[in-house]
Amino acid sequence: MAAPLTLLLIVAVTIRAVLFRSSLAELISARVEVVSPLNAWKRVVEGLALLDLGVSPYSGDVFHETPLMIYLFHFTVDYAEIVFIVSAYFFRKQKYALESDRYSADCLELLRSPKEMFYIPLKVAMFYLLNPFTILSCVAKSTCGLNNAIIALFIFCTLKGSALLSGILLALATYQSIYPLTLFAPALLFFLQRLYIPVNLRRSSFWFFTLQYAFMYVGSLVVITGLSFFLLGSWDFIPSVYGFIFSVPDLTPNIGLFWYFFAEMFEHFRLFFSCVFQFNVFFYTIPLSIKLKEHPVFLIFMQIAIISIFKSYPTVGDVALYMAFLPAWSHLYRFLRNIFLVSCVLLACSALFPVLWHLWIYAGSANSNFYYAITLLFNFGQVKVFTTTWLTNCEWKNRWRNKVSLFINLY
Amino acid sequence: MGLLSDPSRRKVLTGLLTRLNTPICIVCYLAGIVWFMGLAFEPFTLRTYMSENAMGSTMVEERFSSGERALSLAKEFDAHKRKAGGMPVEWLVKAMQSRGLEVFTQSFSRKLPFPDENKERYMVRGTNVYGILRAPRAPRTEALVITAPCSPGNTNNQAVALLLALAQYFRNQIYWAKDIIFLVNEHDLIGTQAWLEGYHHTNITGMEYSPLQGRAGSIQAALSLELSSDVITSLDLVLEGLNGQLPNLDLANLFYAFCQKLGVLCTIQGKLQRNDWDTAEGYTHAAQTMMLMVLKQACGRSWGDHGLFLRYHIEAASVRGINSFRHYKTDATTIGRLLEGMVRKLNNLLERLHQSYFFYLLPSLSRFVSIGYYMPAFGLLAVILLLRALDLWVHLGAPALAPSCHCFSVSLQPSSPGVLTVLTPVVISHLTGVALYLLPVHLQEMAVEHFPVSETEAVVLTAIAIYTAGLALPHNTQRYTHRLILMQFILRYMFTLLKLTALLYLAVLLGCTALINFSLGFILAVTLVPITASITPHMPKALYALVMVLLSPAFTILYCVFIYQELIEAPVSVSEGWMLFLSVISQGILDHALYGSLVYPLLALFIYPCWLMFWNILFWN
Repeated sequence: MAAPLTLLLIVAVTIRAVLFRSSLAELISARVEVVSPLNAWKRVVEGLALLDLGVSPYSGDVFHETPLMIYLFHFTVDYAEIVFIVSAYFFRKQKYALESDRYSADCLELLRSPKEMFYIPLKVAMFYLLNPFTILSCVAKSTCGLNNAIIALFIFCTLKGSALLSGILLALATYQSIYPLTLFAPALLFFLQRLYIPVNLRRSSFWFFTLQYAFMYVGSLVVITGLSFFLLGSWDFIPSVYGFIFSVPDLTPNIGLFWYFFAEMFEHFRLFFSCVFQFNVFFYTIPLSIKLKEHPVFLIFMQIAIISIFKSYPTVGDVALYMAFLPAWSHLYRFLRNIFLVSCVLLACSALFPVLWHLWIYAGSANSNFYYAITLLFNFGQVKVFTTTWLTNCEWKNRWRNKVSLFINLY
Repeated sequence: MGLLSDPSRRKVLTGLLTRLNTPICIVCYLAGIVWFMGLAFEPFTLRTYMSENAMGSTMVEERFSSGERALSLAKEFDAHKRKAGGMPVEWLVKAMQSRGLEVFTQSFSRKLPFPDENKERYMVRGTNVYGILRAPRAPRTEALVITAPCSPGNTNNQAVALLLALAQYFRNQIYWAKDIIFLVNEHDLIGTQAWLEGYHHTNITGMEYSPLQGRAGSIQAALSLELSSDVITSLDLVLEGLNGQLPNLDLANLFYAFCQKLGVLCTIQGKLQRNDWDTAEGYTHAAQTMMLMVLKQACGRSWGDHGLFLRYHIEAASVRGINSFRHYKTDATTIGRLLEGMVRKLNNLLERLHQSYFFYLLPSLSRFVSIGYYMPAFGLLAVILLLRALDLWVHLGAPALAPSCHCFSVSLQPSSPGVLTVLTPVVISHLTGVALYLLPVHLQEMAVEHFPVSETEAVVLTAIAIYTAGLALPHNTQRYTHRLILMQFILRYMFTLLKLTALLYLAVLLGCTALINFSLGFILAVTLVPITASITPHMPKALYALVMVLLSPAFTILYCVFIYQELIEAPVSVSEGWMLFLSVISQGILDHALYGSLVYPLLALFIYPCWLMFWNILFWN
């Protein structure tokens, strides 16, 4: 098990190192599909330069990273490449550990032979490591890779059962990009399940643990935000980071759904529509939590997928994060429908993004509608992945339940 | 998606598609071809119309009258050109200065990767001369370009002279709202390339040039003029640019409108328009014109100086004077008036040409086929690949299905040992492609040392040699795989997987190509789709190997050469055709190195490896 993983790591790091050194790196880091205004390395460098000059990095309209991130890079700017590779590596490592741990938790649920179970962590690592999306995102030095690492660490700590670390990392992830806030519910559900506390609003133990976990989460969030304030000496970063995420002022085309709508609509509808669009990310937490309260890990996957589809500045790195989880549900594969259609759509869209971008921006013969059409199709593909996995999970659960009851009846 | 979510209906649908796969594919292929041929039929096409308001309703009166003077200038220019043995730079500078232009020169030099035998050049050194007429009426943020290449011999003298005469006339008018740049470029496309790169401060092809001393605003449109005789019978409009890019259709409409107004015969692809669309001859004529356009667009080279402007988002076209044996002649004054009218209308533009179509085919100058009409022809061909892939997918999934869930049709185990082994042929094919892309140019010196050939021949023959050598590869990969996995059924599974991958790959590849350059995508689809869709290892090897080779990308180029020669009414014998084929390959490689044309890398790095993957499948056992 260790040998293939090491091999995998070597291959993955080699690919990245080669790409870093090649002339492609510059090209990739300029692609709108790979970097967003939030996580572009060019902007981080700009922020660092401003910081060095003693100017608040948020005084312009370029830098939208969080203060802690900029201080992290402040110390490691010369080794930025290494940082990215290491974070990618670290992520893999965690992922690996996470999955090897996971199957003790999920083992009862899965109807698979132990040998196949054994390969799941490796497959997850492979899906993330060798996914072209992740490689692109890493080579572009998008800080999205770091965010992914934090979320992966959070999942890892959660599965390990460490409520404090999980709370801290969730706070860190939330601090980075707000949206992981919705992961609070599945993490809480997981801990409740782990401690055998029933989800019952009239039980004090339920409330006690919920408050405890919420306190850890909110407490660390306050500490992190306070720390940023003291580092920077002002609250500038709040509007510049979170305001930027919520109000979507930067309409650079990307693979998300926001830019075209917000470019087309009248200015006085802007507030309304940004509420509607952002509502999407947060709202689904409630029904999904109710429906999936016995499967918190699956819920985490669903939430990450929702975030990456509906967030305001998505990049392919976000897509890669939830795609890496797909092998964990490999027991569902044979029930999956339309997987051929969906993979064709995603494949074709990935190839068409640069082509239509070229036709629109360079050749001038196509226009934004062409590009947005592909964006829509790509998101349709993603939603289809999401819904099929979800439906299949439900169906599989029913089937499993029927079989168990049959089994019990027999004996 | 109810149709796809409901298991029983899905089953019926996939069952239908699998059972009737071959008939559906055949019908799709024939329908695609028929659809494409139908595009030239006049009732199915649209009449061209001017979309741009700024150019449509404004009346322009042409007053240019110094055609005779232009012809005497042409003689003077010719004399100076002979004396200087190339471009008479000083004379041109003086001539432009005396006409009140701001004149600048730009020198450039370029070493070709290997000698160009068609134009007999290797180390190119030259000078561009351009004069700017500053706009008296506007803030000079926009510009128009009129360019005439200074060609060797006594061709194109009249074009340069007419350019100068127009400059003199334009200088005395007060209505210009855009700067007008008069450019005389040496060494045709190389000069244009140097000038454009200098103007836009880019360097994408490794050209050496001196920076431009004077600039005007952002260029809105450009016209290139080619004129080699004092009188002409007709004017030909050339639109096809680099990588098959076309200017906005309004530019062609503008040209057509002025030809109609001034009574000048106008052609496209050198073919006059006919009015008898309902006769067989009329249809054939339109189809030939369209086919010529498709072939020219597919080869991805710039068919005139205008082609390089298109890359910079500048709408441009070449106007070429043709002198044949007709009685009806047009004099230089009329051509001058035509250009004056076109430039004046372009001068009225408020924004870049964008109203009309960018993706079109022209069966004649007054009729066009838009993207919405021609794309289905390609779509019908591409869908065959997807249908075959679906069929394979269903077959792949069938044995893996557990009895309890037979209603869910498809499944694939990514963990099966085969996936990685399929990578072997894929990687080897692509490495061959990389060799085909890199080696010909890099190995020319070595080849010249060891074989009695010139550099150009060396490059072309190396390319053909690597191409042919690639065909020997599958035996090696197959033996390798054979040793690795002995079980027959896994091998069968593997070839299905490889074919599935290759089909999807080809579909995506052709789709992307067709979006950028429809003609290239369509021609490749016509030849590649039938064989790639039907290939399996269980066929008679020798026969199918022959068919595959005959439908390979290189032979496609060969067929295109013959068809093109047939269409321009200059049929060639087999040996001449072969020589042309060789020169087409060397031109393709040169176009890539000099101007950044993408056809050669596309064929070498993607299409050829993809075809090799299918070749692998044929020899799989």
